[in-house]
Amino acid sequence: MVWLFISGGLVLGWSLGANDGANVFGTAVVSRMVRFRTAAAVASVFVILGAVVSGAGPARTLNDLGAVNALAGSFTVIVAAAAAIFWMTKIGLPISTSQAVVGGIIGWNLFTGSPTDISSFTKIVSTWVLCPILAAAFAFSLFKAVTAILRRAKIHILHLDAYTRVGFVIAGAFASYSLGANNIANVMGLFVSSSPFRDIALTSFFKISGIQQLFLIGGAAIAVGIFSYSYRVMHTVGGQLYKITPLSGLLVVISQALVLFLFASERLEAWLASNGLPTFPLVPVSSTQAVIGAVIGVGLARGGKGINFKVLGKIAAGWVLAPLAACIVSLVALFFVQNVFEQKVVNQVPYELTPAAIRALEARELPAVRFQSLKGKRIVGAANLRNALRSQYPWREEELFTIFSFAEIDSMKIDTLSILKADFGDQRLSPGQFRTLADLHGREFIHRWQLDRMLMEESEEWRPLQGKGHEAHNKGLRLQYSLLHEICRRR
Amino acid sequence: MKLPMRKTRELELEIDEFLDLVLKAALLFQEGIKKYMEEDEEGFEYLRAQIVNHESRADAIRRSVESKLYLHTLIPDMRGDVLGLLESTDKVINQLANTVNQYAVEIPMIPGSLGPMFFELACATASTVESMVLAIRTYFRDPEQVRDQISKCMFYEKQSDQISDRIKRLVFRMDIKLSQKFHVRYFAFHIEGIADQAEDVCDRLAIAAIKRSV
Repeated sequence: MVWLFISGGLVLGWSLGANDGANVFGTAVVSRMVRFRTAAAVASVFVILGAVVSGAGPARTLNDLGAVNALAGSFTVIVAAAAAIFWMTKIGLPISTSQAVVGGIIGWNLFTGSPTDISSFTKIVSTWVLCPILAAAFAFSLFKAVTAILRRAKIHILHLDAYTRVGFVIAGAFASYSLGANNIANVMGLFVSSSPFRDIALTSFFKISGIQQLFLIGGAAIAVGIFSYSYRVMHTVGGQLYKITPLSGLLVVISQALVLFLFASERLEAWLASNGLPTFPLVPVSSTQAVIGAVIGVGLARGGKGINFKVLGKIAAGWVLAPLAACIVSLVALFFVQNVFEQKVVNQVPYELTPAAIRALEARELPAVRFQSLKGKRIVGAANLRNALRSQYPWREEELFTIFSFAEIDSMKIDTLSILKADFGDQRLSPGQFRTLADLHGREFIHRWQLDRMLMEESEEWRPLQGKGHEAHNKGLRLQYSLLHEICRRR
Repeated sequence: MKLPMRKTRELELEIDEFLDLVLKAALLFQEGIKKYMEEDEEGFEYLRAQIVNHESRADAIRRSVESKLYLHTLIPDMRGDVLGLLESTDKVINQLANTVNQYAVEIPMIPGSLGPMFFELACATASTVESMVLAIRTYFRDPEQVRDQISKCMFYEKQSDQISDRIKRLVFRMDIKLSQKFHVRYFAFHIEGIADQAEDVCDRLAIAAIKRSV
């Protein structure tokens, strides 16, 4: 059954490979600079590498938006996203898988009554706008720089051709890696919590985690999409989008790869943070819109003639229509899957406004009087809690999100032995952190946040650092907390 | 990727050799006309044979370049322009060879007073071809500078037109047979035609250079 549900992700992976593979090597193949087989082979290998090595960051952001916690729910959301993509593509809107998946998740949140994390949502939407703008800026600057270099270097037309071909393969590999890293979250991100794979230790130092195995098959699905269908997409879309010279096409591919990489690489994010530079949220973005942005960037660098600005309107329409369409399809599909096929689309989570939770909420200026009647009542299911809360007071979505976070019941027990055995990977616990856990051995918590709060109170090493330049440290700490929750959760 | 850098270099050398042959043929043509006017038959014949030789070698190189460009799908966006340029340039060297051959076959009787003007016409034509070759070389490396070379080519072409016109006017005012007048005019017309062909190449080149922006 698990595989049946995951197959939904694989279908979406195939569609992503067919469409976005065309974005990576479209110019090169249509202009016959690179043979399709070479392009497809390079793209496939690097998409899989990107997915397995760097796919985790964007997947985490997508999970922050809404934790789809049942396999049938993930399957339905993914299928709804795929249907929305098909629908929008028919109308001729250049929408992205990322936008459709986000719409699908919001549909799940609405259907199950789960609150949507507005800050994550805003973060994701802002990257949609930022993505084509950034791609245009990269393409514009690259074009100016390359033109200046060529003017000085006076490279022979045939050599330039050869360099462009080599450049296409290298940039295409980089773009494919970035695509895999950035977009695997769309394909497999929703199945992370229910991955059927276990970690495989190849040597004592090298292991492939269950999530990496999940991303590996997702990457393989993208590769199949590239091999089986992207050639047609390249030639169908080629006439509209890639009518640019091969060298401009190369700059477009490089710009697209840079943008996708910026929004996918955890290492780059850590490096930027450690150097006090602004970081980019790790979010799955649209490669199609990055390509369109880059083409416009090149057009502007050439003096702005011949740019079809209508296409910008289409992109903006996609920002709204794609998630909306996916959200509606997701809502309808979830209703059918739950009521007609009788599948569990959500694992009902218990909530309780315990005295501790109420105190914590009051500290966040959410007055207890507004949910006094719910005090101490165990409510199962996000929808029920939402209705109960809304009947008391018209809470805003972000307030609901806070209440849900504090009221969620999640039985935890600190077991030093399990923690000692667990593998924290790159985020190994410091001796000080472990000592704190050892001191708290056997302690139980009914809310997840209580465990976090206790650790922060007990040790400085469990506290996030304030001020700029500590983003990488704080991110590592967040990962440690999330792994600790997994270990301490009582099943 | 199928074509490594070594093959690209080979192709570049072939194109360079092709252009060298056109340039050499133009200079030999200029010398050949001089020898003909000086009635140095042996010298003329030697130069004519060289021009014909260059022409057939240039033909072979052009075919080889064309097939390589297609076979390896090189410079796909500019292949049409480059092939068009090479073909029309080949017509220039063909016309150089045809003209000296016609001299050898028809042995036109050019009045002695027109000899220096014919040499002048041959010089202007050779300069036109030389500028054309330079313009083509520039196109391959530095398209923005092509205009300068094209302007030079146009200048020499205009000069050859004027010289040819002067020759025709003079010959039809001479006291010689009408058939000879026609014959002399025909040869001036032929040499002028070479410069016209070089000008056509430059017209193509001007468009190709505009297209060859990044």
